Amino acid sequence: MKDAELELKAIQLRKHLLQVIVSAGAGHTGGGLSCMDILNVLYNRVMKVSPETFSDPDRDRYVQSKGHCVEALYVVLSDRGFFPAGDLETVCHYQSHYVGHPTRHIPGVEMNTGALGHGLPICVGMALAAKMDDSPNRVFTLLGDGELAEGSNWEAGLAAAHYGLDNLVAILDHNTLQITGHTRDVMGTEPVVEKWQAFGWDVREVNGHDYAELTAALTDPAVPGRPTFVVANTVKGKGVPFMENVAKWHHGVPSDSELVEATAELDAALAQRLEGVE
Amino acid sequence: MFSPAAIAMAEKLGLQKGRANLEVFAATLESLAGTDSSIVAVTSDSRGSGKLGGFAKAFPKQLVEVGIAEQNLVGVTAGLAACGKKAFGVSPGCFLTARSLEQIKNDICYSDVPAALIGISSGVSYGALGTTHHSLHDLAVLRAINNLDVVVPADNFETREAIRAASQAKRPFFVRFGKAAMYGLHGEATSFEVGRAITVRDGTDLAFIATGETVIQALLAAGELEARHGLACRVISVHTIKPLDNEAIFQAGLECGAVITVEEHSIHGGLGEACASVLLQAGVSKPFKIVGIPDEETVTGAQADIFRHYGISMEGLSQTALNLLQSA
Ligand SMILES: Cc1ncc(C[n+]2csc(CCOP(=O)(O)OP(=O)(O)O)c2C)c(N)n1
Ligand SMILES: [Mg+2]
Repeated sequence: MKDAELELKAIQLRKHLLQVIVSAGAGHTGGGLSCMDILNVLYNRVMKVSPETFSDPDRDRYVQSKGHCVEALYVVLSDRGFFPAGDLETVCHYQSHYVGHPTRHIPGVEMNTGALGHGLPICVGMALAAKMDDSPNRVFTLLGDGELAEGSNWEAGLAAAHYGLDNLVAILDHNTLQITGHTRDVMGTEPVVEKWQAFGWDVREVNGHDYAELTAALTDPAVPGRPTFVVANTVKGKGVPFMENVAKWHHGVPSDSELVEATAELDAALAQRLEGVE
Repeated sequence: MFSPAAIAMAEKLGLQKGRANLEVFAATLESLAGTDSSIVAVTSDSRGSGKLGGFAKAFPKQLVEVGIAEQNLVGVTAGLAACGKKAFGVSPGCFLTARSLEQIKNDICYSDVPAALIGISSGVSYGALGTTHHSLHDLAVLRAINNLDVVVPADNFETREAIRAASQAKRPFFVRFGKAAMYGLHGEATSFEVGRAITVRDGTDLAFIATGETVIQALLAAGELEARHGLACRVISVHTIKPLDNEAIFQAGLECGAVITVEEHSIHGGLGEACASVLLQAGVSKPFKIVGIPDEETVTGAQADIFRHYGISMEGLSQTALNLLQSA
C-alpha cells in the first residue's frame, strides 16, 4: 500500500475508533488517536502477520504494552480481517469477549495487557525464543511515555541489550501527556533518546504521524546485536483538533455532539486528502 | 448498581443515597491535611482517579507524585512514614496490591512503619476494563502478610472513620473501596472501631456476614426476605478483615440458622474462608455459603453487571438464602 492509501485508511480508522469508544461508553481516545498511524504502518506494511498466518510460529509478534489504547488495536485488527467489524459494537458490554484491554480471546491479540510496564519484558522473552529457535520473526511492542516510569521497562531494557536482541523493536508513543498532565510535570523521563542509547539500544527518532519516516524506522535493518528503540513523536488526540494535546481526552468519551464534530473534522480531512490523491 | 426493586427496598428501609466512598476518602484526607502538615499523599498518576485534585491544589507540598510506578510509590511511602510523615500511598487497588506486593510485605509490614495504603477503585469497580484492573486477590494476599490492618468500609461513614483511623494508626494500615455511590448504613452515633464488626440489622433465621460495598446488597436482601418470606436475617458489616472480629462471627454462627458471607473478592482466601475458619475451629457447623467472585475469568461488564451475574445483589442473595435454608 502506498503512503497516500495508508493515510486515507488512517482517517477511516480514526473515525471507527471514535465510534467504538462511544458505543462502549468508555475508552482511551487521546492515546488511541496518537498511536493509530503506528499501528496502521505495523499491520498494513511492516509486520509479517495476517489472519491466515496467525498460527505460524514464525509470524511477527506485536504486544501492546500501552494496553489501555485497545480500541485502536481493535479497529486495526478488524480492518485487517482478523474479525468482523460488527464485533466491536459489543466492546465493554456485558458478557462480551471484547474487554477494555487486549486479551487473547480476540483473534490477532498475542498477549493480555493493561497493567503498564509488562509489554517489554514479555517481548524480551519472545525475542529470546525466536533466537533459540532460529526463527526469522521480529517482535514489536508499543509503550506509552508515561508508562516509561515503570521500572520493569528499564529492567527489560537492560536484558534486551545484554542478549543482543536485534529482532526486538520497542516503539515509544511519545505524545508527552499522561492522565494527570504533561509527562515532564508528572515524572520526567527525558532525554529518552540518550537514555535508551546509553542502555545499548539503536535509537531512531521519527515523526510518529509520517508514514515514510515510520516505515524507514521500522524496516531499516537492525544494527546487528542491538535492539531497536523507535521514539515516535506524536500528538495525543491526533486528527481531531479539539482533542489534540488536551489531557482530559486521555479517557474522555465524546458526547453525541462531540462525535458529530469530530467525525466532521475527519471527513473534511478525508475530502481534502481525496482531492490531493486525484 | 441497584435494580428498581432494590431501590424501592432501600427507600422502604429508609436508606439515604450518599456519595462514593472514594469521594469521602478524598474529602476526609483533605480535611485532615489542613490541620496536620505531616500528612503526605503519594500518587502514581492517580490523583485524578483518587479524587485528590483538590488536595493537590490546597496542599501542593503535601503531595508526592511518583509517576506510573506503583512499586516506587510503596517504597517512597514507606520511607516517608519511617521519617515521621503520615504517608498515604494512593493507587488503584489492583496495581497497589499486585505489583507492589513485595514492597508492602517488606518495606511497610516487615519494617513496621506506620504507613497507610489506599486501594482506590478496588474489587471490580473498573468492571469492563478487565482482570488487569480488578483486585479480587488483595484480601487473600494481605491476610497472609503479618502486621497489617486491613479495612474495607461499606459506606460513607465507615470510610470517613477508616481514613481517620488510618491517620492515627501506629502500624501499617490498608484500606480499599470502590467508586460507586453508596447508601448510608449507619447513623452518626454508631461507634466505629478497627477490628469490631458492626451489626446493621438483627435476626436469627440467617446471618449475612458481608464486607465493603456488598453489605448494602445483603441488607436489601434481608429486607426482601422479611417482606416476602417473614424471615429475620442478621446483617453484619465486617469492615475490618484483619484483625477479624472472631466474636461477632462466632455469635452469628451460634445464634443464626445459616450463614452467608458476601464479598467483592475471589471466593478463595477472603472473608468467606476467614469466617469458615473461625466457625469450624470453634466447632460451629451451620449451613454455610460463600458468595463472591468464583474462580473463573470474570465476566465482562460494569461493576453492577458483574455483581448481578454472580448473585451479589438483593435478588441473588435472597435466592441464595432461600436455597440454603431449604437445603438445611
Ligand atoms: C501499572 C499501571 N498503573 C496505572 C495504570 C493506569 N493508567 C492507564 S493509562 C495511564 C496513563 C498512561 O500514559 P502514557 O503511558 O503516556 O499513555 P498514552 O499517553 O499513550 O495514553 C495510567 C496511569 C495502568 N493501566 N497500569
Ligand atoms: Mg503519553
